[in-house]
Amino acid sequence: MTQNTIGNILEVRNLTKKFGNFVAVDQVTFDIQKGEIFGFLGPNGAGKSTTIRMLTTLLRPTSGKATLLNYDIVNQSDKVRKHIGLVAEKIILYDRLTARENLEFFGNLFHLPQTDIKERTRKWIARLDMENWVNAQVGTFSTGMKQRINIARALLTEPDILFLDEPTLGLDPQTTHLIRQFIRELNEQGVTILLTTHDMLEAEELSNRIAIIDHGKIVAQDTAENLKKIVSEKDHPTLEDVFLQITGTQIRDTGNERMTPTHGHRFGFRKTSRVR
Amino acid sequence: MNTFKDLWQIAKKDLLEFARDKLRLVTFLIMPMFMMIMTGFIFPNQNTLKNISLGVTNQDSQYGQKLVETISVLKLTGNNPAFQIKSYANLDAIKDGIKKQEISGGLVILEDFTQKVNQNQQAEVTLVEDPSNPQISALVSQTLMQTVAAFGQQIGIQKINLLLNSLSPVPEQSQPKDNSALAILAPVGTKLESIIPGNPNYFEFIAPGIMAMIVMTAVLTGLAASIAREKEQGTLDGILISPINRLAIILGKALAQAIRGLIQGAIVLLLAFLLFGVTIHGSLFLVASLLLLGIFSFVGLGILVSAVATEQETATQLLFMFQFPMLFLSGVFFPILMMPRFMQQIAHLIPLTYAINALRKVMVLGAGLPSVQTELLILFLFGAATLAVAVPVFKRVITK
Repeated sequence: MTQNTIGNILEVRNLTKKFGNFVAVDQVTFDIQKGEIFGFLGPNGAGKSTTIRMLTTLLRPTSGKATLLNYDIVNQSDKVRKHIGLVAEKIILYDRLTARENLEFFGNLFHLPQTDIKERTRKWIARLDMENWVNAQVGTFSTGMKQRINIARALLTEPDILFLDEPTLGLDPQTTHLIRQFIRELNEQGVTILLTTHDMLEAEELSNRIAIIDHGKIVAQDTAENLKKIVSEKDHPTLEDVFLQITGTQIRDTGNERMTPTHGHRFGFRKTSRVR
Repeated sequence: MNTFKDLWQIAKKDLLEFARDKLRLVTFLIMPMFMMIMTGFIFPNQNTLKNISLGVTNQDSQYGQKLVETISVLKLTGNNPAFQIKSYANLDAIKDGIKKQEISGGLVILEDFTQKVNQNQQAEVTLVEDPSNPQISALVSQTLMQTVAAFGQQIGIQKINLLLNSLSPVPEQSQPKDNSALAILAPVGTKLESIIPGNPNYFEFIAPGIMAMIVMTAVLTGLAASIAREKEQGTLDGILISPINRLAIILGKALAQAIRGLIQGAIVLLLAFLLFGVTIHGSLFLVASLLLLGIFSFVGLGILVSAVATEQETATQLLFMFQFPMLFLSGVFFPILMMPRFMQQIAHLIPLTYAINALRKVMVLGAGLPSVQTELLILFLFGAATLAVAVPVFKRVITK
C-alpha cells in the first residue's frame, strides 16, 4: 500500500445528519487521499448513502464540515459539483432518451464544450462496450447496460473523485467483471474513488483503504490487511469475518435504508428506535 | 445567459421525453377534444329545440287548426322542425303522456277557440309543462308562448285593418296599413344591438373558460408530476448535482409545460371554431399571451406542491384538491355574478377567474389590451408572488 503523499482530496470532519430524532450519520470523520480507492462499507441503513448524498451536495448536513479539494461542500457547492461524479443507488438516466441523448443532456448541464461531450461519449462508450447501443433508448436496456451508460454519464466531466454507491449491485458476473476492471483503470488514470459495496471480496480487491460505518458511526478505518488482524479466532480471516466481527451478525432493519430520505421527507415516517 | 441555456436544455429534454411517451401523448391530444365535444354538445344552445315531442289536443277546426300547423312547421335550427306533434284526446291524456315520458310538453286548444276570437273575446290555449326536465320545459314553454303571441298578433293585425278600413272612406292602397296596424297593437318595439356582429352563441361564453381551465390545470398537474417523477426515479439528482441555477430547473420544467399547454389551447380553439362556430373577435396574439400569463400564475403553486409531495401520486392528489373547487368557482360554466356573495369573494382569489374573465373579453367581445390590463397585472403579480415563495422553499426542501 503506497501511501499517497500528494494530500487529501476529501476531508470530512464530524459530519452529522439528523432526520428528526433519528441520527443517520453521526460525527463521521475521515479523509480520502488523492488517487486512492476508498472502500466505504456498512450494513444496510448504516448511513453510507446519506453520507454520499451530503458529500455530493445533494443533502445539507445537520452539523460538521467537509471539504473537497478545499471547497466547502455547503458553501461552495457549485465548485464541488464540477469535480465530482456520482453513480447513485438509482440509475440517473432517462428511459425515453437514447444513451447518446442522455449523455448530451447531462454534459450540457455542466456546460461542457460540444466537442468534449462528443469525444468523451465516444471514448467511454467504446471502453464500456456499448457502441452498438448508443442510439437506442435506455428503457430498452438491461440493468447491466444501463449501469455502464450511467457510469459513462458520471465520467463526462472527467471528475477528480468518483462516488460509486454499490455500482455492481444486481449485475451479472460479466458486467461486474467489466466494471471492476474499469474502476481499477480509472484509478490508474488518477481518479480518486469512493466505493460502497456489500461484496467483501470486491471491497478487498479494489480498495486501498476501508472504512466501516455502522449506525451512522465509523467503527473501523484501515487497510484490509490491518483490519484482518482484529479477528483472532481464525488463521486466515477474510474481510467478511472482520465485517461481521465489527458490526455483529444481527440482521438489520432494512427499512432504515429505504427510509433514508432522497429528498425532503418532510412528512414522511421514520423509525427512531433501533433494535440492538 | 447560461441560465437561459440551461432552462432550455431542461425544457427540451422534458418535451423529448414526453413526445416519445405514446400513451401520454395520446391522452394529451384526446383530453381537450373530449372535454370540448362533451361540454359543447351537452350545454344547450339557445336554439337547440329540435324534434321535441309535443302532445296536442285540438278541438277547434279553424284558428286552432292554423295554430297547430304553425307550430308543426316551426324551425329553429337547420332543417329540423322544433316539434314533433302527437295528438291526444284531452288534457288528462296529455298529462298521462308526460308521465310516461312520451312527450316533453303539451298544448290544449278548446273547441270555442275560433268562436271566442270572432266574438272579440280573449281566446286561450293551455300549456302543460314537464317538471322533470326543467331546462327543456322552460325552452318549450318560451317557444310556444312566443309562437302563440305571434299568431295572436297576426289575428290582431287583421282585425285592426278591418277596423281601420271601416273608419276611413278612402280605401287602403298607398297606405302602409300593416305597419299602422302593428303600431297600434304594439306601440313599443325592441331592437337588439350587439357589440359584435352575428348571433351570440352560448358556446362562445364557455369556450374561453374551458380553454383556460384545460390549459392551466394541465400545466399545474403536469409541472408537479414532472418534478415528483424525477424525484422518485432519482434522475433529479443528476440535474441537482450539476452546477446550474436551481431556478433554471424550475423554469425549464415550467417552459416545457407551457409549450404543451399552448398546443392544447390551440386544439381547443380549433375545435371550438370547427365544431361550434366560435369565432375569436379579438387578437389571437393577445389570447396566447393571456394563456401564457395564466400558466405563469400557476407555476409557483405547482412547484410548492411538488416540493411538499415526495411522490408523484401525492402530488396529483394534492392538486386535485385545489382543482375541483376551482373549476366551479372560477366561472367556467356559470357566471360568477350569479354565485352567492362569499363564493364570489373566494372566486376572486383564484387566478383562473381573471384569466377566464380576460379571455372572454378578448375572445367574445373583441376587447384590446387596455381592457384586460388589470387582469394581466393580477395574473403576473400572482405568479411572481407564488414563485417568490416557491423557489426558496423548493431549494430548501430539495437538499433537506
